[in-house]
Amino acid sequence: MQGWKRGLITLLAAAASAYVAVPAMAQAPGTQFIGITGYRVGPYGANGAAFFSGFIDYLTLVNERDGGVNGVKLSWEECETEYNNTKGVECYERLKTMSQTGPTAIHPMSTGITYSLIDKAPADKIPLITFGYGRTDAVDGRVFPWLFPLVSNYWDAATGIVKFIADKEGGPEKLKGKKIVLLYHDSAYGKEPHPVLEAEAAKLGFELNKIPVPHPGNEQQSQWLQIRQYQPDWVILWGWGIMNATALTTAQKVGFPREKMVGNWWAGSEVDTEAAEGASNGYYAASLNLAGKDFQVVQDVQKYVIAKGKSKTPEKLVGTVLWNRGMAAAMMTVESVRTAQGKFGKKPVTGEQVRWGIENLTVDTNRLKQLGFGSMIPPIKVSCTDHSGSGLVRFQQWDGKQWKAVSEWVSGDRAMVRKMVEDSAAKYAKEKNITPACLAG
Amino acid sequence: MLYREAGQFKTSYAADQQLFPILQDRVAVLAFLLIAFVVVPLIATDYWYSAILIPLLVFSLATIGLNILTGYAGQLSLGSAAFMAVGAVAAYNFQLRVPGMPVLVSFVLGGFMAALVGMIFGLPSLRIKGFYLAVATLAAQFFIPWLLVKVSWFSNDSASGVIAAQPINILGYAFDTPASKYLLVLAIVALLALAAKNMVRGRIGRAWMAVRDMDVAAEVIGIRMLHTKLTAFAVSSFYCGVAGALYAFAYLGTVQPEDFNLDLSFRILFMVIIGGVGSILGSFLGAAFITLLPIFLDVLLTDIARGFNLSLMPGTISMAQLVVFGALIIFFLIVEPHGLARLWQIAKEKLRLWPFPH
Repeated sequence: MQGWKRGLITLLAAAASAYVAVPAMAQAPGTQFIGITGYRVGPYGANGAAFFSGFIDYLTLVNERDGGVNGVKLSWEECETEYNNTKGVECYERLKTMSQTGPTAIHPMSTGITYSLIDKAPADKIPLITFGYGRTDAVDGRVFPWLFPLVSNYWDAATGIVKFIADKEGGPEKLKGKKIVLLYHDSAYGKEPHPVLEAEAAKLGFELNKIPVPHPGNEQQSQWLQIRQYQPDWVILWGWGIMNATALTTAQKVGFPREKMVGNWWAGSEVDTEAAEGASNGYYAASLNLAGKDFQVVQDVQKYVIAKGKSKTPEKLVGTVLWNRGMAAAMMTVESVRTAQGKFGKKPVTGEQVRWGIENLTVDTNRLKQLGFGSMIPPIKVSCTDHSGSGLVRFQQWDGKQWKAVSEWVSGDRAMVRKMVEDSAAKYAKEKNITPACLAG
Repeated sequence: MLYREAGQFKTSYAADQQLFPILQDRVAVLAFLLIAFVVVPLIATDYWYSAILIPLLVFSLATIGLNILTGYAGQLSLGSAAFMAVGAVAAYNFQLRVPGMPVLVSFVLGGFMAALVGMIFGLPSLRIKGFYLAVATLAAQFFIPWLLVKVSWFSNDSASGVIAAQPINILGYAFDTPASKYLLVLAIVALLALAAKNMVRGRIGRAWMAVRDMDVAAEVIGIRMLHTKLTAFAVSSFYCGVAGALYAFAYLGTVQPEDFNLDLSFRILFMVIIGGVGSILGSFLGAAFITLLPIFLDVLLTDIARGFNLSLMPGTISMAQLVVFGALIIFFLIVEPHGLARLWQIAKEKLRLWPFPH
């Protein structure tokens, strides 16, 4: 009895060391290898599955339809992080070793994993792209050369939402004396918009009441009781996961109009509104990208990828907010590689070269049309001082079946956000002894 | 034959009281340290340092901390991750606010801060025991991360409570490569592990074990309850605090308070249970089991899928890995409820008799 037990353990240990010792080189020679730290299991598995399915479907489309980027085929490997920081770091380290040119650019899709990689990525010369999450002050590329919070960040969303509310009320001056509640997930993510909204409240003269919801937020009776007593004009919902659906259903229970609720983009996917069933009708959300299947690129994926059996994406995910966001994220990676190839030659490019590519990335309206994305995302122009490249958000409203765009791409108080970004980045630079400077190509 | 203490005569009290009284143990520990300090740096890659060895050592240290409290002093705690958070944030603030503070001193001070907080949350242990105490320490687990986010002074007014650990610089040498960080962490963990080994065999450790085995009897023979239980909380939290500081400074660099959540506390408790309750060696084995096995399974299952050219749905391997991992935990707990350290003990007994078992 004891003998076989010991034998088994020795065997396990030996096998373990033999296996983990040499992570396999997964990269086919001559391809652009893209490392993907994804998650499809764990508490946020449903969100991750939609995003990373879209991401991989777009990469497959580029290979199938265009034969790669300027003839350089894409290859990729997905490593499961379970939305867990320790596993995220392990995946990152593993993907890093899998090819000569590195993992191109990493989309951590988790604020926690982003923070865990902030110090590692510059040392390894691997750019991180955080599409709508992560560290807001990373917009200042002079302090964070390797971090790209592309398109828009939380502070853009917060000021954008204030502007949206002001428009609905009939102008910024009408906000004076109005009462706005911020119902937020009690975590680093939920606290991110506080300084901006406080500054907006002081500037425009509305009253801001911040009400925290403890994780996971599936019980909000007391918070909504508080809201009912306070009688706010608007509620800004800054939630994640189950908290969003609960907020919507509880709002219905206490009779707060959903037409007076605005969420951010992590509170604005089908996962949230469908879980709340009828309670979500009329609810608004700021969005980074539009949902829907009408875009040329979505039809191309259906034609070149899904119809040919090259995709494992469940049919119901196609065209959802998060799936489209994954497609857009993959497109930005691919276009950054293309930009880098323009300078460094049509071959697989390294992390350092991709970083240059992202920093000089321009995807204007024409290019978006060519790529088939149309108005799904705003045009982007990245520079060293502006690592987000856009700062625009667009508002969507849930009509009971799907998200409908109800505004153009709009921006909030960009000057104020910019100043706060620079202050915050300067403080970080001082703490870390960084001299802010643009990296040379 | 190989592992036999017969013939090893002790001729002085010092020889009788040494940390590893058996020659073979001394040789094994020295060989192991030699491998860890010399051989590993010769062969390991960055992947090994950053993804496997550093987290393994950090979690081992936290597990030793909890093992002192739960395994030796018998006080069940679910607050280990919170004490790690205290250590990390305190070390960060000492570095930030005291000019010229040596980084090692700030680790130690971080540990002391954690010890202080641990003693405060250990006070209920004088009146309540077992599961009820676990619930009381749960308060620490909820209160501390909340406080660290709530009071932005702790994170130098970062909007979201995130701290960015300062670079490690000791006597002008910058510990910025994974290999150098590994050696630093290894040195600290080795030192603290030996200190723990030393502590648990002496007066303090015996007092802890007496309280664990029967607190009324311990009190009767003159062990002070207050003193013993609070030292257990203090020493345990000190270890967790240093582990937290290393987690922030040497492993991740930038951490948010939510990293130190209940989930991590549970993981550390599982490391103690699987490794062996009341064993320093078991703390290392348990940490290795919980941190390394999922990675190993992930790599193994991916390779199997690739080898057989299986076209799986994405996520299937991850699900399978969780299933196998869970099944292995149950398997080990059934065949060896006393943890992996007990297996080593059995192996040692066999070795004593080898090659002529009776």
